[in-house]
Amino acid sequence: MLLTLSTTHRPATDLGFLLHKNPDRPQAVDVSSGRVHVFYPEASDERCTVALLLEVDPIALVRGARGTSADGFSLGQHVNDRPYAASSLLAVALGKVFASARRGTSKERPDLVGVALPLEIRLPALSCRGGAGMAERFFAPLGWTVEARPVPLDETFPEWGDSRYIELRLTGTQRLADAINHLYVGLPVLDDAKHYWVSSDEIDKLLRAGEGWLGTHPDRDMITRRYLAHRVSFARQAMARLAEVDDLDPDTLDDAVAPTGGADEREQPPVPLVVQRHGAVVAELRASGATRVLDLGCGNGALVQTLLEESALIEIVGVDVSARALEVAARRLHLDRMPERQRARLSLLQGSLTCADGRLRGYDAAVLMEVVEHLDPDRLPALERTVFADAAPGTVIVTTPNVEHNVRYPALLPGGLRHRDHRFEWTRSEFAQWATGVAGRHGYVVRIDGIGTDDPEFGPPTQMAVFTRRVGSVSEVAA
Amino acid sequence: MSDDDVRRTDDDHSDDHADRPRRGLAIPELALVVLIGASGSGKSTFARRHFLPTQVLSSDFFRGLVADDENDQASTPDAFDVLHYAAATRLRAGRLTVVDATNVRREDRASLVALAREHDVLPVAIVLDMPEEVCLERNAARSDRDLPAGVVRRQRSELRRGLRGLGREGFRKVLLLRSPEDVDTAALTYEKQYNDRREDTGPFDVIGDVHGCRAELEELLVRLGYVLTHDDRGRPTGAAHPEGRRAVFVGDLVDRGPDSPGVLRLVMGMVAAGDALCVPGNHENKLVRALRGRNVQLSHGLQETLDQLAHEPEDFRQAVEEFCYGLVSHYVLDGGALVVAHAGLPEKLQGRSSGRVRSFALYGDTTGETDEFGLPVRYPWASDYRGRAMVLYGHTPVPEPEWVNNTMCLDTGCVFGGRLTALRYPERQLVAVDAARTYYEPARPFLVDGALPPGEREPDVLDIDDVLGKRVVETRLAGRVTVRAENAAAAIEVMSRFALAPEQLLHLPPTMSPVATSRQPGLLEHPAEAFAYYREAGVALVVCEEKHMGSRGLALVRRDDLNGSADRPVERRGAVYTRTGRSFFGGDLTAALLTRLAGAVEAAGLFDELASDWVLLDTEVLPWSAKAGELIRAQYAAVGAAARAAVPAAVRQLEQAAARGLDVGELLDRQRQRSTDAGAFTAAYRRYCWPTDGLDGISVAPFQALAAEGTTFADREHAWHLEVADRLAVAAPGLVRGTAHRYVDLADPASESVATDWWTELTALGGEGMVVKPAANLTRGVKGVVQPGLKVRGREYLRIIYGPDYTRPENLDRLRDRNLGRKRGLALREYALGVEALERVARGEPLWRVHECVFAVLALESEPVDPRL
Repeated sequence: MLLTLSTTHRPATDLGFLLHKNPDRPQAVDVSSGRVHVFYPEASDERCTVALLLEVDPIALVRGARGTSADGFSLGQHVNDRPYAASSLLAVALGKVFASARRGTSKERPDLVGVALPLEIRLPALSCRGGAGMAERFFAPLGWTVEARPVPLDETFPEWGDSRYIELRLTGTQRLADAINHLYVGLPVLDDAKHYWVSSDEIDKLLRAGEGWLGTHPDRDMITRRYLAHRVSFARQAMARLAEVDDLDPDTLDDAVAPTGGADEREQPPVPLVVQRHGAVVAELRASGATRVLDLGCGNGALVQTLLEESALIEIVGVDVSARALEVAARRLHLDRMPERQRARLSLLQGSLTCADGRLRGYDAAVLMEVVEHLDPDRLPALERTVFADAAPGTVIVTTPNVEHNVRYPALLPGGLRHRDHRFEWTRSEFAQWATGVAGRHGYVVRIDGIGTDDPEFGPPTQMAVFTRRVGSVSEVAA
Repeated sequence: MSDDDVRRTDDDHSDDHADRPRRGLAIPELALVVLIGASGSGKSTFARRHFLPTQVLSSDFFRGLVADDENDQASTPDAFDVLHYAAATRLRAGRLTVVDATNVRREDRASLVALAREHDVLPVAIVLDMPEEVCLERNAARSDRDLPAGVVRRQRSELRRGLRGLGREGFRKVLLLRSPEDVDTAALTYEKQYNDRREDTGPFDVIGDVHGCRAELEELLVRLGYVLTHDDRGRPTGAAHPEGRRAVFVGDLVDRGPDSPGVLRLVMGMVAAGDALCVPGNHENKLVRALRGRNVQLSHGLQETLDQLAHEPEDFRQAVEEFCYGLVSHYVLDGGALVVAHAGLPEKLQGRSSGRVRSFALYGDTTGETDEFGLPVRYPWASDYRGRAMVLYGHTPVPEPEWVNNTMCLDTGCVFGGRLTALRYPERQLVAVDAARTYYEPARPFLVDGALPPGEREPDVLDIDDVLGKRVVETRLAGRVTVRAENAAAAIEVMSRFALAPEQLLHLPPTMSPVATSRQPGLLEHPAEAFAYYREAGVALVVCEEKHMGSRGLALVRRDDLNGSADRPVERRGAVYTRTGRSFFGGDLTAALLTRLAGAVEAAGLFDELASDWVLLDTEVLPWSAKAGELIRAQYAAVGAAARAAVPAAVRQLEQAAARGLDVGELLDRQRQRSTDAGAFTAAYRRYCWPTDGLDGISVAPFQALAAEGTTFADREHAWHLEVADRLAVAAPGLVRGTAHRYVDLADPASESVATDWWTELTALGGEGMVVKPAANLTRGVKGVVQPGLKVRGREYLRIIYGPDYTRPENLDRLRDRNLGRKRGLALREYALGVEALERVARGEPLWRVHECVFAVLALESEPVDPRL
């Protein structure tokens, strides 16, 4: 991967003194990811350019990370863009090779250190999630003129569109140390890749490099979030391997912990819809008098957290099919330092709504909040058996999107669903038909309600069914 | 139905009574033996003499375990907690257990009796009632214990007070030993339980509820091949099978039907002659009580039976009463492989003895609720059943007998105008005769023909315990295969969220190992190593099959798919799915593809030839980009794009620097080489991408037929499989491709080199390579099952796997150091699981048994193994 930095300051060769690198002597330094070469393609009084070329050794990169075994890494860690695209690896190399310049020290030209110089920086392939606009968002507030051109994926398949790389040219008048720090932080932030390759102490170093300018950057939240978002857990690695078996992008399978909400969360009403859903569910639970409840498909535990505040509930069981979602829920709920009495009310279980599960029997109520639409329609009868015939709680609360309301979300394409993993979204009559069928087959009475602003034409954004088991009634499937 | 509340235990027939002690004692093979005696009475010595050390749980030992001091009386409650836990664990596993403690107080014994009942085993008491001076003398001789004489005296008096009540406390057998001589001469023997007929291996004909339908029973027996014998009045009194088969009646011989006495006469004769076994139904149980003059409701057809019996002589009625009273709740037959009980029996109650066992066997598992017809609601125990034994039962009339988790209800409602059904065991073949007419109107509508009411059939439902946690799967080919809990956890999510319904996932393909690493310059893989592997394994002939560079796809093709519409229940729908069980295409495209594939299978005559309405094909679906498009763009095309943007730019900068006279020559050469490699990498993936539109551009290359109704094809040689593929290709040109192949005689170097040249040619054109397989297919070598196939991938293809510049010597040298051991082990375990799944399908095993194999393949795929192999 390559970076060039040029100046037209006179004499331009002062750049060599500022960087502590002689323009007439190519140098090479070993870094953890490979070998970084520093050389000057041009060095005249009018213009001087330094090139930083990092030769990544992809084999050593993976092996060096954890012993010598190639097992336990996904294919994406073996064959990837790291040797070519500018990313955190280049940032680390930059920090090492130009350490003094970045600190702003120069023995030969101490007077130039504080002077803003005319600079031009070029990156032929910068990994940049969010495209040219994101590069503009990062560098423009720091005083750079940004020219960014997307790199096409493959010219033989123009329909594939652009890659996530941009060819970047920055021009501006900046102190050299600032310019290096901007790149040092900017490269990994724009790359926004999982930190398979960079140890966590490196991340801390990168954060420290933001001193003096990161705090006032308009996008400082996005910048720090991107740093910290990508720790890798075991559960994640196991899922990544399963994705690879099927030639899939790991995120296609491992999406149980979605970083952002669906389309209905992006269109924020005064009270967010998710809060309204929690409120409606809690109200129904109160009305039912339930004290022992199941949150089926609890995800990262948002509803569980709300339920814990309900003192009437003496037992709350969060169930999810994703081991990683449960890991996140346990962290988020601070399970390990929850007071003993509180902790005794709560359990988190891995389970599948398509399998009968003896652990779920005998509860007062079960909540399936925004869950059914994540199952293929083929599997709904299995869910029906598990929940209504086998677990058979006194009350079952099901919420799901009302697809008719989707026209009220301008961000959605016509016919689009609110979340990438939704297998279907029901109209009000489809939901009512399913709900009354289920109720009839299993001895429940059902009442259907809405959550959110009731649109006169298209109904509320979320629909809810509250099933109540008839006394002495019996599920047909269990008969 | 549930009209009899009297619960009795199986061993009521025993002639042992608590108040008639004797020195010899027959102990049931599975029992909780409670030793009772004062300190110093010699319990531990007695236990050592008669039982294995591991069978004896002594309170002294457990006091030591919890408190480091066998005599620390303060620790007694804790010690007994642990002792009870250990005893419960042993009893659950069906192991005889002896409790060595004083047990002189009634409350101590009560908790042990409760423990025995909880595990449905019989409690047995052995009392050592030694003279006081014997106990005192023995205690005095012990240096570790200093017990006051008063303690022993009190223990003895407590013991003697409780002695007469031991039977009432629930002990089924009591052995009373009153002197050291008694102890010395005591003899213990073991007796089988009445229900234990494991040595009886059949063959059997298990017959459903007869309910007084004598004529239908006669007809059924004749159809099954029995020869009836009659008395001088022409009434059937027995039936014998010339081949020695025996009938097993599931109970409910009587009530409702026209001739209950006739049925009894016939069955009693068969049982007496050894031609039949019979377990009681709830109707026999109630009949006994009625005949004994108890006050029972004369409902559910009992009145008819009593009226019919009234015409019989007294001695016949007497014989009926004795026969019905003597029936044993259930039988465990054929080494434990078959259990017969009237209302069925879950595994934990099989071969056990208790009131609960009898009650379950007679009435089933009722929920305590009643349905809209006033009948008791039964818990569907069979859908939870995971036992090893086949369970045959009756009790609840069903329109059609169906297998549910290796259990079958044989009550097909003969008396209600249905049929009388028998199952031939071990053949699993049904034989039935129609009822001559409806003899009795059922309380709940009973359908003979037509559609089942929704929910009537208990579907095979998977249980979370079938998939959660650490799993061990028994396979024929590789023994026990273990799946770790964390791998199961990942597989549960993928299976539940993304996979097809388990009814459609009969199999998942195993991973395949590459050949051992080649030492030839510039190559990582070469055919020579594959030939060497099989030669060493003792294989004489291998087949090399062209590797189609697409995505693995399993095609479950059903005759029903000919009709196109996907509006069928899931178990009648075909599927095309990926290595993790996801549907390959969306619904419409899948339906269109299946229609064409079913057409090809039909046109090739395979449905008829295989005598099956379905066939499972192992295929490669092309192009690769059809499924992996997103991955190709996100990963491979992206790497190529980055490389082609960055490397030439670096070359330009270096050329400029070189022009300035800087010494960058070596670096420049490397970057130029990298630039070439980047181009080759892009060319490598481009070969496997082309646009498709609907089915246009899609092709399917089947290379193995895996299974069809009742059979698997892992043993058929590959020549057959390849011929099937060719026939399908002829039947569906443009959609189905055959697989090019070459056979290699491993003793003939010329044959080898022909195949090697072929491989070189294929891969030079950018082909993925080939797979080398034993021509005979499933092969056992000297060290067990050999690899079912080894892949030999081409040099250019491997760029996609190992990176653009893997061919540079310094990279290749390091990459050669790859460890194939794990991959090979995994490939064999997954192969064994895949074959096991299909064999279980062929044997008609329950869904959960098939699914555990399929699930295990998926779980193993999440194990960490070098993904480039």
